[in-house]
Amino acid sequence: MIQTDLIIILPEIIISVCAMLALVVSVYSGKDALASRLVLLTSALFVVMALWIGNSGGESQSAFGGMFQDDAYARFCKVVILLSAAAVLVMGRDYMLRTGLLRFEYPLLIAFSVVGMMVMVSAGDLMALYMGLELQSLALYVVAALRRDSVKSTEAGLKYFVLGALSSGLLLYGASLTYGYAGTTGFNGIIESTSGGQASMGLLFGLVFVIAGLAFKVSVVPFHMWTPDVYEGAPTPITAFFATAPKMAAMGLFARVLYDAFGGVIGDWQQILALLSVLSMFLGAVAAIGQSDIKRLMAYSSIAHMGYALIGLAAGTAQGVQAMLVYMAVYVTMNLGTFAFILSMEKDGRPVTKIASLNLYANRAPTKAIAMLVLLFSLAGVPPFLGFFAKFGVWSAAIDAGMIWLVFASAIASAIGAYYYLRIVYLMYFGEEVDEALNGGGSPVLWGVLMAAAAIMVFGIVNLFGINGSAASAAAALVN
Amino acid sequence: METLILFSPLMGALIAGFGWRIIGEQAALWVSTGFLFFACLLSWIVFISHDGVTEQIQLMRWIESGTLATDWSIRLDRLTAIMLIVVTTVSALVHLYSFGYMADDPAWEAGESYKPRFFAYLSFFTFTMLMLVTSDNLIQMFFGWEGVGVASYLLIGFYYRKPTANAAAIKAFVVNRVGDVGFALGIFALYMTVDSIRFDDVFGAAPALANMQLHFLWSDWNAANLIAILLFIGAMGKSAQLFLHTWLPDAMEGPTPVSALIHAATMVTAGVFLVCRMSPLIEYAPEAKTLITFIGASTALFAASVGLVQTDIKRVIAYSTCSQLGYMFVAAGVGVYSVAMFHLLTHAFFKAMLFLGAGSVIHAMHHEQDMRNYGGLRKKIPYTFWAMMIGTLAITGVGIPLTHIGFAGFLSKDAVIESAWAGTQGGYGFWLLVVAALFTSFYSWRLMFMTFYGTARGNQDTHAHAHESPGVMLFPLGVLAVGAVFSGMVWYGSFFGDHAQVNRFFGMAEPHVEAAGAGFGEQNSHSKDESKDNSSDDATTDSAQTSAALAFGPAPQGALFKAVDNHVMDRAHHAPTWVKLSPFIAMLLGFVTACWFYLWDPQMPKYLVKHQRPLYLFLLNKWYFDEIFEIILISPAKKLGRFLWKRGDGDVIDGTLNGVAMGLIPFFTRVLGMAQSGYIFTYALAMVLGIVGLITWMTLSGGGF
Repeated sequence: MIQTDLIIILPEIIISVCAMLALVVSVYSGKDALASRLVLLTSALFVVMALWIGNSGGESQSAFGGMFQDDAYARFCKVVILLSAAAVLVMGRDYMLRTGLLRFEYPLLIAFSVVGMMVMVSAGDLMALYMGLELQSLALYVVAALRRDSVKSTEAGLKYFVLGALSSGLLLYGASLTYGYAGTTGFNGIIESTSGGQASMGLLFGLVFVIAGLAFKVSVVPFHMWTPDVYEGAPTPITAFFATAPKMAAMGLFARVLYDAFGGVIGDWQQILALLSVLSMFLGAVAAIGQSDIKRLMAYSSIAHMGYALIGLAAGTAQGVQAMLVYMAVYVTMNLGTFAFILSMEKDGRPVTKIASLNLYANRAPTKAIAMLVLLFSLAGVPPFLGFFAKFGVWSAAIDAGMIWLVFASAIASAIGAYYYLRIVYLMYFGEEVDEALNGGGSPVLWGVLMAAAAIMVFGIVNLFGINGSAASAAAALVN
Repeated sequence: METLILFSPLMGALIAGFGWRIIGEQAALWVSTGFLFFACLLSWIVFISHDGVTEQIQLMRWIESGTLATDWSIRLDRLTAIMLIVVTTVSALVHLYSFGYMADDPAWEAGESYKPRFFAYLSFFTFTMLMLVTSDNLIQMFFGWEGVGVASYLLIGFYYRKPTANAAAIKAFVVNRVGDVGFALGIFALYMTVDSIRFDDVFGAAPALANMQLHFLWSDWNAANLIAILLFIGAMGKSAQLFLHTWLPDAMEGPTPVSALIHAATMVTAGVFLVCRMSPLIEYAPEAKTLITFIGASTALFAASVGLVQTDIKRVIAYSTCSQLGYMFVAAGVGVYSVAMFHLLTHAFFKAMLFLGAGSVIHAMHHEQDMRNYGGLRKKIPYTFWAMMIGTLAITGVGIPLTHIGFAGFLSKDAVIESAWAGTQGGYGFWLLVVAALFTSFYSWRLMFMTFYGTARGNQDTHAHAHESPGVMLFPLGVLAVGAVFSGMVWYGSFFGDHAQVNRFFGMAEPHVEAAGAGFGEQNSHSKDESKDNSSDDATTDSAQTSAALAFGPAPQGALFKAVDNHVMDRAHHAPTWVKLSPFIAMLLGFVTACWFYLWDPQMPKYLVKHQRPLYLFLLNKWYFDEIFEIILISPAKKLGRFLWKRGDGDVIDGTLNGVAMGLIPFFTRVLGMAQSGYIFTYALAMVLGIVGLITWMTLSGGGF
């Protein structure tokens, strides 16, 4: 039996073993000299794993007595996580090298957190859930504070750690309540205890605490407050990582818990999610307006986007989950492109993140400006770009589920949100000459990622590169 | 071949419109004209070789959305074939004519290039018109319908520096929108009831629609009637029928070739075409038919009466067009669609000719359009005079009574009037048309006499410089003259002959025995494939009679359709002699009166104006339609618009949005900025408050037990 279980979690094992081997080798040999190569190796490993998992297909199976689920849903999430993590690693290598942050721990920590994420989306038990979550979080706490000599970076790491501990506490409390009232930590058992369509108050309290803990990870209001500070304080490649893979993982786990464990009481959590979603969308839109730092702006942007993704979950249908998965995939792609752009923002060889520095950028780098324009329009959800269709998907799911008010609210929020995205476009094209304007910067890798992301936003609308089909089967695997 | 016909005007339009800078101005004109003549040639080949059997030529899959699936295809039947020759012939000739007419337009300064634009618009118009007439479904037709509307708008406003031209263009567009609402609603209703907008499906469903009820506005309607009326409202707008006619006279602001092509021969007849095309449906809508007849007859009389007193040469012809369109609608309304098409065909020839002739006069007189400043031009522009004379003879309906020999208008108009007599049992429609025929004769001869006879009036310099138009303008007149003389005699039998001939021409099955006692023998003598069609047609008839027939039958065969009990054409053939003579007598009366007023006693009109002043003013002001519309529609609409603009949009919407965008949201932004204090305890507090809120909500909303 143990053999089959191990085969099921083989990808996770491979990544962990490789990471630990690399750790040992690095410590006893060249140390940071190897880091640059390790980054590339790690991301290559991620890509290989993504291809393997993506093509493995097959039936849903579970390991370790239901603790670990391997189904189409988990595979979809894992592919997105692995690919985005690989992309971020490659994108950030140059930046980390030049800022002297490229230590050998960096790729390894990322690898461990990715393993944690993979466990998260495959979790079939509250134990597995917590294990994955903490593995991911611990790695992230460290990378957030990677720049030890910077006050901002250490502050960001500390804030993230303390608040993360609080949220873990909430989650654990919820988990223990759930265990107490359901009598089991397995998702199968929990859902059985609510088979009558009704759950005891204690179990619902447990649910709310679990939701709160997870909401922290996806940074939705009111558990979002760490996001802007951490995004701003962490080195930009780390921020890019924060904005992509962990979001996908947390969202995947969110849906996993809600459907696998609490799928019997959809009506109870639906309203909570809708509320969180509305709050996030509005806060993300309104608060971003006042930002002058593009990384902080992206933090609020991600808060708002998590709100849109939650609409899909709040719909409580397979269609909603599918829309959420597509939304997340599109969101991750948009963010990769945007962060590729942010990483290439430089003045006199030093990284800059001030929005004002983008004034009249279109005159200096028209190609990049137009790519960024596409991405910003897509982030704002303007048709005909892919971001619009992602929104359209979650909206149709919500309308079909009868939550028209939610769609209305999110339409208003996205109209408000369009302001700050379009303001950047305005500055790039119609701004005024400023002293702090960017000059130069950017490696071919960043340029490639930026262009690829922009191209996807334009050409992806044809059939979303076929991910709709795999998202549909993923959603079907989760909601049944 | 049909595809070539359809797309060569488009090619011409694109090349002339976008490519003239590359290939040069003259080349652009010749290219677009060449394409049109090519299309014209092919159209005649199609028309002559067409055997009456409906063909569908699919060009592409067009729309697929839910149950709405439609092709873009060409429907080629007799109706389409007729319209093809009308549109391409007149258009080709107008292209040619425009070489002369637009040569030195005083509206433009030297060196300005306006001709390629003009030709591109003309060709574009032709393309959309062909789209309209070749359509195989209502959406495609609507596309063409709006396309010609756009082209018409562009061409009426061609002299865009002239405020009146812009106003006229907008008026034409807006008035047509009113009709289009009806048309669109009709399409929606058809889609709702039939679940398809393909003509074949719609026609097959028509018997069932006759037994269906639809709720619309405040009450239940018979579906067939309602849809037919809605579609007819669209036709009214496009064909300038009463109440929606006001745009047509104003449309004369456009260049004269445009008036000839769009506002006489082709676009304005689209309404008639629509009614004829929808004949399988209209046949099941008796109330709609009555309405069509009524509106058509009223328009014929109204427009003719206004034409009596107009002094602008183009406006006279414009009202004449409006009136003649009324004739066509009467014919369609009483159920003799073939005669409506007949009059459409002949009218296209002689009315285009009258317009082009008028254009030639205007050209000769240096863009003077007021007939009071004409006179005695017969000798100065003899060819134009003779062309106009033929046109006038045709429109007034000169011919040998009780035979089939005469000018085109003689045959088609008499056919219309006889059908009206038969269709309305000698009632309203018939008498209005006869009186309108009298008026037609009067104003047409008045135009001739004022322009070509008498003494030269107005600016003598202009008269001294009056000159015959160049050959490119006279040649089209000659071609159209042939049509104006012979088209009636050649096709009389096909459109208004005996049943077998008409049915063969339009590819219709022989659905019923001749009313005039021809007996069953004739029916039995049909070839076997026709008897097969008989059975399918009988099935349609049966389903019409069994009221539960919601299963839609196949479409009836042929370009037109007549219900089994539609014997109007037979009765028209057997109309009494006085009925057949009446239009001729009316024509003579009008002619004599015109001679009296404008040749023998030129003081008479002035005397009449003095003594019948209210009547004169009533006619001169076009029955005060524009004024009434101004008071009851336009000015309240403007007031409402101004209110909504200033108060609604300006204060409420802009005020709210500006308030929210510039006051409220920045306020919240600041608040949130302050909340983001950077202190970890604030963040933790927010999380704790959040969980407290959620728990409270969960407790109160109470899902648990």
